Parts: sequence; C-alpha cells; structure tokens
Amino acid sequence: MNPLITVSNLKVYFPVYGGLLRRVVDQVKAVDEVSFTVGKGQTVGLVGESGSGKSTIGKSIVQLVDISGGEIEYDGKKISTLHGKDFLPYRKRIQMIFQDPYNSLNPRMTVEQIIGEPLEIHFKQMSKPQRRVRIEELLELVGLKKEHIDRYPHEFSGGQRQRIGIARALAVEPEFIICDEPVSALDVSVQAQIVNLLQDLQQKLGLTYLFISHDLAVVEHLCDYVLVLNEGKIVEHGDPEQIYQSPQHPYTRKLLDAVPQI
Amino acid sequence: MTQALLNVKNLTIEFQGGNKAVDDISFSVAKGEAVAVVGESGSGKSVTALALTRLLPQPPACAIGGRILYREKNLLTANNEEIRAVRGKEIAYIFQEPSTSLNPVFSIGYQIAEAIKLHRPEVKDINAEIVRVLSLVGIRNPGQRLKDYPHQFSGGMQQRAMIAMALACQPQLLVADEPTTALDVTIQAQIIDLLKELKQKTDMSVLLITHNFGIVSGFADRVIVMFRGKIVEEGPTQEVLKNPQHPYTKALIECIPQLGQKKERLTTIDYSKIV
Repeated sequence: MNPLITVSNLKVYFPVYGGLLRRVVDQVKAVDEVSFTVGKGQTVGLVGESGSGKSTIGKSIVQLVDISGGEIEYDGKKISTLHGKDFLPYRKRIQMIFQDPYNSLNPRMTVEQIIGEPLEIHFKQMSKPQRRVRIEELLELVGLKKEHIDRYPHEFSGGQRQRIGIARALAVEPEFIICDEPVSALDVSVQAQIVNLLQDLQQKLGLTYLFISHDLAVVEHLCDYVLVLNEGKIVEHGDPEQIYQSPQHPYTRKLLDAVPQI
Repeated sequence: MTQALLNVKNLTIEFQGGNKAVDDISFSVAKGEAVAVVGESGSGKSVTALALTRLLPQPPACAIGGRILYREKNLLTANNEEIRAVRGKEIAYIFQEPSTSLNPVFSIGYQIAEAIKLHRPEVKDINAEIVRVLSLVGIRNPGQRLKDYPHQFSGGMQQRAMIAMALACQPQLLVADEPTTALDVTIQAQIIDLLKELKQKTDMSVLLITHNFGIVSGFADRVIVMFRGKIVEEGPTQEVLKNPQHPYTKALIECIPQLGQKKERLTTIDYSKIV
C-alpha cells in the first residue's frame, strides 16, 4: 500500500524559560524521534495518556506547532519545510477534528458561517447560493438536517456539535483527517454514533484517518494499525489484535488494564 | 440492608416552561453503600444530584415535588440554616470538571482550609488536617503541594484535590457527579480505585453519577438506570449488567465498545424501540 503520509524522526521540543532573564534553561521533549506511516484509506490509531505527545504529533502535521527536527512527507512531497502560501493546498487536503465540540465552534457564528469559512478560503470560485447548497449537502452527509443551517452552536447537543465539526472538516473535500480525541468528550451512546459516522464516511469518501485517543476499546474497533506513545516516544506498534492480545511493553499493559470491563 | 441514610421519595423536578427533568423517582442509599445512577445526558441524573441539597437555582428550576429524607429529615422543607449544615458537611460533592470547580486564584491548601474552617471549627491544627487529607487521596509530598495553585496540578491531581476537599468535612454521603469523564482512562481507573479505597476506610456512602456502565461494574453495589427523567431499572450491579431487563439498559450496555470483541459496527441506541 502506498503511504499517504510518512513521518520520520519527528521531534517537537518546547523551551522551558527560567531565571531572572527568562532564558531557555531546559526543553520539554513532547515528541522525540517519532516515525510512522499512514497508508491511503487506512486508519492509524495513536494511543497514549495525556502528556504523551499524541496531540502534538497531530498538530505538527498541519503546522499548528513548529517542529524541532525530522521530516513529514505527504503524498511523496516534503511538507514540513513548506510555509505560508506553499502549504495552503495541503491545508485543504489535510483536515482536523477536535476533541471538545463546545470550544471548537465559534458561538457567534451560525452553522452556515462555520462550515462556509473553509469553503471561502479553498473554493473561492463558489458563489454564495452554491455554497449554501453545498453546506446543506454536508449537513445531511453527517446526519444533521438542512434546516439546521441558520442555527447557532448553543442550539445543538454535544454529539450534534461534533457532527458540525466533522462537516466543517469535510467541506473542503480532504483526503486525510486527523481526529484528535473526537469522542472522548461525548456520552458512550453518542460516542458509538460518531464512531459509526466516521466509519461510514471513510467508506463513502475513501478517507484516511489518524485517530488520536486514550480509549483503547474505541481504537481497537476503528483502527487498522496502532501506535502506542509514551513520553513522546513510540513504545509499541502493530495490529490492534496483536497489541491487545500480547502487549509487549509494560506501558501498553498498564493502558489496557485501565480500560473498564463489564 | 441497614437503615437508609438517604431516602428520596417521589421526587419531581420541573423547569420553567413545563419541562419535567425528573419525574416521580424514588430511591434510597444505605449507610456505607455505593449506588450508581446511570443515564445519558439529559436523563436527569445530575439534576437529581444537585436537588439533593437544593443546589438547583430557582428559577429556572421550579415546582420541586416529593421528599428528600436525609436521616429522616426532609431537606426540601428544611430552612437555610439547616440545609447549610448538611451541604458539604454531611453530603459532599465532587464534580465532572476539576479545573472549573477549583478557584484558580487561591492555593489548594487555602481552598481545603476554607472547607475545614466552615464545617469543622473544632479542628485546631488546620495545616496538619490538610496534609492528612491530601495524603489520603495519594498526593505525594502534601506539605509542599498544598501551597500550589490549581494550574500547577494535572487533571487527575486536581480531581484528587477536589476529593480531598470533600473528605476534609468527613461527609456521610459523597455525591460524585461524573468524576472521571474529563480524565484519561488510566487516571480514571486510579480515581475509581481511590474512591473504592476511601469508601472502605471511612465507611461513607457514595452516589456515583455516570453515563458509562464500564466504570460502574467494579464499584457500585446497586445501579439505578435513568431515562428521560424516570427510573427504568434498578437492582444489584452484577445482576443488572448480566441480565438487563429494560431495553434501554440493554442498549446502553451494548453501545460500549469492549476490548477483544471487535464488531463491524458499534451498536447505537434505537430510541424508537424504547417505550
């Protein structure tokens, strides 16, 4: 399978300032020499506790944080050195879904404005009525209703808001979606709905996912390949069945033991 | 079963506009017992928890009916002084989001001291008491850490500090409203273990409110399942989990993904089949 994205020796260090002159006295190695690939149409799970660096990896791919070293290749082209205008086309091809559906939607914008904003940037030729039709299509794609287009975020439940977030990511017809804990703020019953929606969309649109989560049960269900991250390093990787049946690293075992079982 | 510590009878809570959030529910919690209330958001479980010590703002909550008997005393008709003696001191709370429940401009120690001064004026050495409760909840080096501010604590430690604050008043009943929802699985397991341990040590009762059947199974003696403001099922935890009677309980258990049991699709709740 052709890798869509290849991350090699990725490093993200954050400076620690200290002393009277606020000089850099130390570094936090949030991501330390991480390498992995995601094949086209695959779902790769990135698992770890908070602070393990999993979200930082997701953010560094879309350049929401600066990387300190290593390379990111997308579809055979090195994207980690691109900036500004050169990176813009990749912002269309790579999208992100965030954890908290309450904080990731602007409360002063209507659903039309929220989903329309990426369209204004990446589909400049689209007229306003065309855009409205496209937004209505997207709402139906994620299981919402056309009539919801003029509403504000506070009028929706948590699960519905997450659907709006997904519609916004899908608006620009991306190939690759980074899902940063998309279901951990939701009720278990709603979580199941959103996970199913993500699976349906993947089949329908041929999407590739990087799925970041601390919930191993969800990851096992959804992912083709799993990377276990601890303190910025990948400590174990493999097929979900293999990892769950015979975890090699003590940290993986600790994570597995923590999953509540009925 | 021993005598009930808390006895809720025919509790009904209506909001302005006629929305019945809680509709005629009755349940009890015995001394030393752990009871879990399980339901989705909107099922009325948190509203029930807040109503226990009249923490619901009125309005918008209005028309609260029924009786909440705590040690045979009806809290719904108690005067302000009486209810204040129960809040925190007898019935303590921990909430979902530890980062918003703690005051960011006061140190952890100060906030715990506040609770001790208010509810246990007989305590002479407040500092020693803070150190005691912080070490009880497993915070290392409590003598130093009590000077820290909430932002210097991680999410799991903040929740531990919240539990320490609740314990500082030596409550009879601890109401834990989604205490682990904002936390990672590993931290969640730690907090649940901690609650279990504290329950054994102090013999307090716990009312655990959650949407996740997963954390209930190893913790609660009894489960109450709420759906749209009503109790649809109630019973010993293992019995309910193994042999759920109500279709809603079944659906709620089925929708949890389980390790090692990979399905093509996750089961979702079909509300049309639940009457």
